[in-house]
Amino acid sequence: MTSGTEASTPATAAKVRRRRGVRQLSARDKVVVALLLGIPLLLDLAFVWFPALATVLLSFTKWNGVGSLSTKACLPNVPSILNNGCLYGVQNYHQAATIYPEFWPAVQHNLIWLAVFILFATPLGMLFAVLIDRGIKGSRMYQSILFLPVMLSLALIGIIWEFMYSQNYGLINTVIGRNSNSNAIDWLGNPHLNLWAVLVEATWRQAGYVMVLYLAGLKAVDPSLREAATVDGANAWQTFWRVVFPVMKPINIVIMVVTVIESLRAFDLVYITNKGINGLELLSVLVTSNIVGETQRVGFGSALGVVLLVISLVPISIFLFQTFRREASITKDGS
Amino acid sequence: MSDVGSSGTNGAGMSPSRRSLLRGIAGAAGLSVVGGALLTACSSSSTSPGSGTGSSGAAGGPVTFGSNYSDPGVKAAFASLCTAATASTGSKITINTVDHNTFQTNITSYLQGTPDDLFTWFAGYRMQYFAAQGLALPIDDVWAKIGSNFGPAAKQLSTGLDGHQYLVPIYNYPWVVFYNKSVFAAKGYTVPTTWDAYLALAKKMKADGMIPIAFADKDGWPALGTFDILNMRINGYDYHIKLMKHQIPWTDPGVTAVFQHWAEMMPYMQTGANGRIWQDAAKALETKQAGMMFQGSNQVAQQYVTDGAKLDDLDFFVFPEINPAYGTDYMDAPTDGFMISKKAKNVDAAKAILEYIGTGAAEAGFLKTDMWDVALATGLSVPTYDAIQTKSAAEIAKCKAVAQFMDRDADPAMATAMIAIIQKFIDDPSTGNIAALQKSAEDQAKAIYTS
Amino acid sequence: MTTDTLPRVAAQQSSGGRPKPRPWGQIAAQLFLISASILWLLPIAFALYIALRPYAETSKYGYVSMPHSLTLKNFSDAWSQSGMLHFFTNSVLITVPAVLIVLVLASGVAFVLVRVNVRVNVALLILFTAGNLLPQQVIITPLYRLYLQIPLPSFLSDSGLMYNSIFGLVAINVAFQLGFCVFVLSNYMKSIPEEMYEAALVDGAGLWTRFWKLTMPLCRPALAALATLLTTWIYNDFFWAITLMSSGDKRPVTSALANLQGQFVSNQNLIAAAALIAAVPTLVVYVLLQKQFIAGLSLGSSKG
Repeated sequence: MTSGTEASTPATAAKVRRRRGVRQLSARDKVVVALLLGIPLLLDLAFVWFPALATVLLSFTKWNGVGSLSTKACLPNVPSILNNGCLYGVQNYHQAATIYPEFWPAVQHNLIWLAVFILFATPLGMLFAVLIDRGIKGSRMYQSILFLPVMLSLALIGIIWEFMYSQNYGLINTVIGRNSNSNAIDWLGNPHLNLWAVLVEATWRQAGYVMVLYLAGLKAVDPSLREAATVDGANAWQTFWRVVFPVMKPINIVIMVVTVIESLRAFDLVYITNKGINGLELLSVLVTSNIVGETQRVGFGSALGVVLLVISLVPISIFLFQTFRREASITKDGS
Repeated sequence: MSDVGSSGTNGAGMSPSRRSLLRGIAGAAGLSVVGGALLTACSSSSTSPGSGTGSSGAAGGPVTFGSNYSDPGVKAAFASLCTAATASTGSKITINTVDHNTFQTNITSYLQGTPDDLFTWFAGYRMQYFAAQGLALPIDDVWAKIGSNFGPAAKQLSTGLDGHQYLVPIYNYPWVVFYNKSVFAAKGYTVPTTWDAYLALAKKMKADGMIPIAFADKDGWPALGTFDILNMRINGYDYHIKLMKHQIPWTDPGVTAVFQHWAEMMPYMQTGANGRIWQDAAKALETKQAGMMFQGSNQVAQQYVTDGAKLDDLDFFVFPEINPAYGTDYMDAPTDGFMISKKAKNVDAAKAILEYIGTGAAEAGFLKTDMWDVALATGLSVPTYDAIQTKSAAEIAKCKAVAQFMDRDADPAMATAMIAIIQKFIDDPSTGNIAALQKSAEDQAKAIYTS
Repeated sequence: MTTDTLPRVAAQQSSGGRPKPRPWGQIAAQLFLISASILWLLPIAFALYIALRPYAETSKYGYVSMPHSLTLKNFSDAWSQSGMLHFFTNSVLITVPAVLIVLVLASGVAFVLVRVNVRVNVALLILFTAGNLLPQQVIITPLYRLYLQIPLPSFLSDSGLMYNSIFGLVAINVAFQLGFCVFVLSNYMKSIPEEMYEAALVDGAGLWTRFWKLTMPLCRPALAALATLLTTWIYNDFFWAITLMSSGDKRPVTSALANLQGQFVSNQNLIAAAALIAAVPTLVVYVLLQKQFIAGLSLGSSKG
């Protein structure tokens, strides 16, 4: 980074001078800074962070979402309807882990989802990106086709795959001759199959998304690096792994974070398939069905949400740590 | 017609906001900042025409009616009911139709947010639950006028836990075993009246290469009906109600018996139910691939009408007797109706509309378009009834008591838990699994009903 | 993009060396991408095929059968029977302002974070980026309560509240998408050479001018790329729409599709047609902004 490529020299030099302290700004500029930061910050705090923190607090209550909350402790052994909006301690967490039958399957399914994304969907997307980036014939067309699923609405994806998977009328069962009532494969209803069936849909969408992000990264790689490697006699495979991949570290991290977050946030495909029951339980769906359902168990759902939040914070922190380190090193360069 | 009216209102209501937002962005290009530009743009556009939204609800203004009657058949019937109500009361009605699944899942937020004056809902505990939360308006004065039109059972179904009335019913419908007359005639099948005869018939159908019992549970709720009917046939109505209120534990041997009977029937039910929507199961009956189907007439008969299938070939029998002590005395016959939200703005007009809907004439009018439900008003003769409706009314009248449905008689959170449990049972109806599922149901019931 | 790829292609050709493996590699890559494309298109093409066939025909012969006749009737029926134009209008009223506001606000934040040395720079970046990564479900209950508490003047919302208003939906979409955009835009802005600003400073341009007149035009590729992604995300969102909107006829087209699915549940051909119609706007935006799409997505400069 210091002297390897000529492109980095002016950039580094620019960083040295780039940052100007607030004190050097005129009064009017200070107002501009305050507004440019202030309005988005207010929005973000009010509509994202404040609700997130409130959810953490709600997870210690028992509440059906109606009426007001109090700081009274819940009474033991009293019908639920009289025991509303009260403090419930860690009972919600306890119940989730012990008697809520969907909890552990959901955790397991989230992990499977994550594994499939890391081992299959994301590498596939990266492979697409690398091939397309080599500028082969029709790359623009391939890129558009593979990105297509990312742009489709949820309802359409649900309908599309219902046509593929339907037991008696679907394309797959008809083609393989398993569509009669005695031997039909119940792709979306069989709890041992449906997670994998939905993961095919998820991969179909995720690979295109990763491809686009990775393509963006590849385009930013200095062509002279590759040129140098090719001159040295490296083939395409070696060039990628020895030269391009290491340089792509920041993008690789972004892709990893996107992969992990998308597998934790996975919700819509499962929800459109069967509302996330019967083999398709995921944490996000459990949160939704408890919080947004007809009868709300807000405290309980919030506790599940906090579990999801805590798990999400792991990749978020890793990612931020990386970003932060880069930022810090840049600042050091500058001083 | 009402849809057009309401969308026009919204269009007028929203356009200033968009204009001011765009102006705000445009303003930001100059010296002013986004926030300031927004504020000035807002105040100046308040004088723009068309910002009156009509939701102020002055007496005589339109009454808003939140409706989950989103399927084409009932949607049309509901629209004609509203037209008749407007003609009778002089109050305009604006219908807000929401897909029924979405409507139901969002009911708590809906009623606490900005609900319509009137809304469609269900009788029984499912109504009582929301009334007890203070989300509905008591309508005892409406019932004082319409009470004589209904029997005591209908009034009971409309009464909250506090003894006040909250709902005006419009129709109910039976959960029975449907079949095609032509198939029974061609194959020489006879209607079974006992459990053994039912299983024997199913066996014969299977041998004839048919699906004996069309079955679907992708949405989770249809299979609850099968649980209910087995429970009422084996253990009776009182047991059903006590179980729904968790006065009997889910680990009770009575519940085991229900699952065991179901397991006996399972080889004759359409496989892969958890991946099939009930409409597809009904289609299997319609196309005569399946011999029978246990489901509400509101679903099966309605689908026959929508698909243009031969409704006069469709017939049904009540689920056969299992325990002679209870015979065929009970069934699920869910009642739907209308309520006034606590936050209603146009209460007087809304009550007037309910008074109209609570008459035999209004029900008969509604059932001219709706050809699968039956009226609740006592002694009402509806000349437009088809064979299914006539038979439905007669069978419901024969019952000593009718239940509403598991998701209407129990705490809805418990019904949700049972949906998952019954789907697991459908996947594995073995004895060992039954015990495990009963234990899981009881553990969850404890958490849901008490703390 | 073409200028970008040219030198690389030239470099590969000039290197000579091994003539054989490359054509084979090319052919293998082509075969792989062709088969992947077919697999990727197949589900969509099948849905399109069903939407083009009359209901009577598919219910008689099944979906997987040779066509006896193809028709656009499902599309015209879906369009006319569903009041789709009305729901499209709702989607436009939500998506267009939301995308524009996110881009303006996120550019502002990114500009300040990159160009002005505010002491809490990193903390702010963390705050915004992490906010975008939270699951929607985690914040919905308090958000819903909040929306019921915030009054709006009646010309912004006929409910008088943030809840059940298009304004409210725009606000949450803006707040939720800010993080990703701030991240991408700040990376992009870092690649703008400092010399550009030196000249502006000499001319006495204030911070606002440097932001609005100088930085924003330079960020056009990034803004175009983000606009494509944002349009897709916000247009296709249905979680906020069903939880924060109680009036069926104010909802955007994606959640209104659920309505349609209930309405025409036994006529899947019609539903497929409706859903395909609903997909057109995002495709149009993609085609329009395609050129800048990849070039503008800067996720972290790998040049230094």
